[in-house]
Amino acid sequence: MSDPTMGERLDTFPRYLLHHARVRGERPAMREKDMGIWQTWTWAEVAVEVRALAAGLAELGFRRGENLAIIGDNRPRLYWTMCAVQMLGGVPVPLYQDAVAGEMLFVLQDAEIRFAIVEDQEQVDKLLEIREQCPALQHILFDEPRGMRHYTQTFLQSMDEVMAMGRIHDSNSHDFLDAEIARGSPGDVAVMLYTSGTTGKPKGVCQTHSSFITAAKSGVEFDHLGASEDILSYLPMAWVGDHLFSYAQALVAGFTINCPESGDTVMNDLREIGPTYYFAPPRVFENLLTQVMIRMEDAGQLKRGLFHYFMKVAKRCGAEILDAGVKNAGNVPFSDRFNYALGNLLIYAPLRNVLGMSRIRVAYTAGAAIGPDLFRFYRSIGVNLKQLYGSTETCAAVCFQPDGEIKFDSVGKPAPGVEVKIAANGEVLVRGGMMLKEYYKRPDATAESLDAEGYFLTGDAGFIDADGHLKIIDRAKDVGKLAGGAVFAPNYVENKLKFFQYIKEAVCFGHDRDMVCAFINIDMGAVGNWAERRNIAYSGYTDLAGKAEVLELVQQCVEEVNAELARDAMLAETQVHRFLVLHKELDPDDDELTRTRKVRRGFIAEKYAVLIEALYGGKTSQFIETQVKFEDGRSGKVAADLVIRDVKTLPVVKKAA
Amino acid sequence: MSTRAIGDVILDLQNISLRFGGVKALTDISFDVREHEIRAIIGPNGAGKSSMLNVINGVYRPQEGNIVFRGEKRHNMEPHKAAEAGFARTFQNIALFKGMSVLDNLMTGRNLKMRSNFLLQALWWGPARREELEHRRKVEEVIDFLEIEHIRKTPVGRLPYGLQKRVELGRALAAEPSILLLDEPMAGMNVEEKQDMCRFILDVNDQFGTTIILIEHDMGVVMDISDRVVVLDYGRKIGDGAPDEVKNNPDVIAAYLGTQH
Repeated sequence: MSDPTMGERLDTFPRYLLHHARVRGERPAMREKDMGIWQTWTWAEVAVEVRALAAGLAELGFRRGENLAIIGDNRPRLYWTMCAVQMLGGVPVPLYQDAVAGEMLFVLQDAEIRFAIVEDQEQVDKLLEIREQCPALQHILFDEPRGMRHYTQTFLQSMDEVMAMGRIHDSNSHDFLDAEIARGSPGDVAVMLYTSGTTGKPKGVCQTHSSFITAAKSGVEFDHLGASEDILSYLPMAWVGDHLFSYAQALVAGFTINCPESGDTVMNDLREIGPTYYFAPPRVFENLLTQVMIRMEDAGQLKRGLFHYFMKVAKRCGAEILDAGVKNAGNVPFSDRFNYALGNLLIYAPLRNVLGMSRIRVAYTAGAAIGPDLFRFYRSIGVNLKQLYGSTETCAAVCFQPDGEIKFDSVGKPAPGVEVKIAANGEVLVRGGMMLKEYYKRPDATAESLDAEGYFLTGDAGFIDADGHLKIIDRAKDVGKLAGGAVFAPNYVENKLKFFQYIKEAVCFGHDRDMVCAFINIDMGAVGNWAERRNIAYSGYTDLAGKAEVLELVQQCVEEVNAELARDAMLAETQVHRFLVLHKELDPDDDELTRTRKVRRGFIAEKYAVLIEALYGGKTSQFIETQVKFEDGRSGKVAADLVIRDVKTLPVVKKAA
Repeated sequence: MSTRAIGDVILDLQNISLRFGGVKALTDISFDVREHEIRAIIGPNGAGKSSMLNVINGVYRPQEGNIVFRGEKRHNMEPHKAAEAGFARTFQNIALFKGMSVLDNLMTGRNLKMRSNFLLQALWWGPARREELEHRRKVEEVIDFLEIEHIRKTPVGRLPYGLQKRVELGRALAAEPSILLLDEPMAGMNVEEKQDMCRFILDVNDQFGTTIILIEHDMGVVMDISDRVVVLDYGRKIGDGAPDEVKNNPDVIAAYLGTQH
């Protein structure tokens, strides 16, 4: 990219938008699949639309400094809303679109939302449900008019109407918006993202233009991203990762974002777009792999044979060959390189194509630990998958794995301009330009999370290894001690368990106890398929989870984890002694997981206290009945008699001697 | 519930009797259907519900009786005339092309609206091409309406039953019907699928003003969504009226629950 700024101050997102509209006005800025066809908006068109929306909002009385809620799937107009709000000096507050009305209530009240822009009837209905409790809420704008014909409330308006009004306003007094944009300063709050609330109430994290632009720039420079990248925007807009990739980086680098047709079509859309830059949490990569494996099980013998042969080749040398592209280390034997090239032709390239990853230059994953096997799989078939480390408070841009220096168990090196240090208690501290301004209306929390030297306390426990890579082991507050005094990092053990395709979730207990016990959730897809191939009939999750064969399968996984843990003197004490398979899937709707699917260990321990008692009380089975909420809001009950199993543990190698 | 206004009678069935040899399928049945309403036909197995539907769209020719459609009196309908007049239907046993994609199946629903001739269509040239694009747009609207984007290119045979039913409704909608005949649209579905289907039927009725005649076994569904219900038993009409009236009709209760002898 040449520098065509010509003295422009590119220090807020609206200025970036106008800059791209001027410099690369004809290039595609956004695409969305609608009515089966990809619709494209160029940068110039986007700028016109965003101005119309901003002017319309101003006409409705939206004021500088106000917050505006955005609720919906990834739609171009909702991204435009972010920029339009920023033009007026307001703060967009994206909410998780799959949250139920009650969960939205807190954010709407906390942020004193007067304006909300939502995707469709579904979201409008949720807001209407809680409107009584949000007296401040005065305007609800919706994107999709379908089903809205019979809504006569005057505070409901379609975005079309507002934008039409804005177009007139903007053409009459073009100077108004220009002046508003000129008033924006890099220190203004650009966006407020609510933390998922693993503990307590969600907190609004205020990020300035300057911090997100810093974060976006460091990523863009780190991976040499240009205006020609294509990405698929399909992760919740309320998540910091999506905001960084689909909004901040897209505006800074000027690349194209693509919105899928619907949540169900993401796989298809991914293949059609073929993104060059891709971001997904580990579970997405895991689901993709599980699907591939399930389909391979059903493939013909020849195909299956080829697949397994070449996957072995890839496992042996694929990752090294991918690294060699950067460091040019020619230590891979010729026969392997030949085999890999053949495999690329027959298996890897078609597989990448099926996954929609043919054009990927850089793919990132973050948000949770990724299994080494999973990680290695993607790298070995030639997808440059890397990890990064960050949080909502740090714009998801603390550490990146540099090309050619990939370690499976580290999250990479600090990004340029970011300082990382480890506190005495093992907590990771971070300082840099991409940090939060404050928590919204929570000076106490702000003060708690920033130390005197301006370091942000991440709350993660970790260490920096000999090569300067950061390694995260658990949340600092979750790290506990067994009654015997050994350090217990529950997440670490849970992640090891979850790396098996048959185990979807695991919750480990052990703090102040004499041994570690675990709740397990099986993966319905993988275990279901496994059971079908063995002619094990089952009616649903609860039934399948109770089958003796399934328990045996899970037991094998747990024993393998124990064997691995036993090898590490530090963690050998934390082998899992007893486990049970839960009768229902842990679900965010039942408050057992956060919206980003992290387990709420404390809540679960309370809810299933009977089961924990049974685990530690030496019982062999326990009856339990649990209330569950269905997606449509109704509730029902699930009951089962859970079998508790003892697992073989290995003697602690060093200490026992 | 909605702002749609139920209009005048558009279809009047007068004294219909249908026999197959000595078997009396329908005996002297009369009822009418008003524009924009949802009209249900219910009854126990073998009551003659499907026969009634087949008389309406001209598959069966009744031996006696008249059908008055939009003021025009005739002895019986012809299937192709019924289709041209704006009737579309779905079947009790799904009748889709299993090997074809959802999209192609829906395109067949547009067949009647194709104006260019067979040769032009085969060559996909000139007006035929423009026309097909137009039809594709219509079909995409139906896909959007029924929320089946994710299976657009999937062969119908691979879909679960509930979705196949939805696709069949889609094909009927692709013909932009003014009267939609649904033969047990919810048979064999689970609760969630039934809820979805109900919502789609109500939406079709509400948004496009389509008149709907449906046969259904699920009493809850029928009583919930229909404006008027006609009840058949052994080929005779034993009840007709609003859901609440029908529910309290002693003959209907007897037909469904049996009587003490």
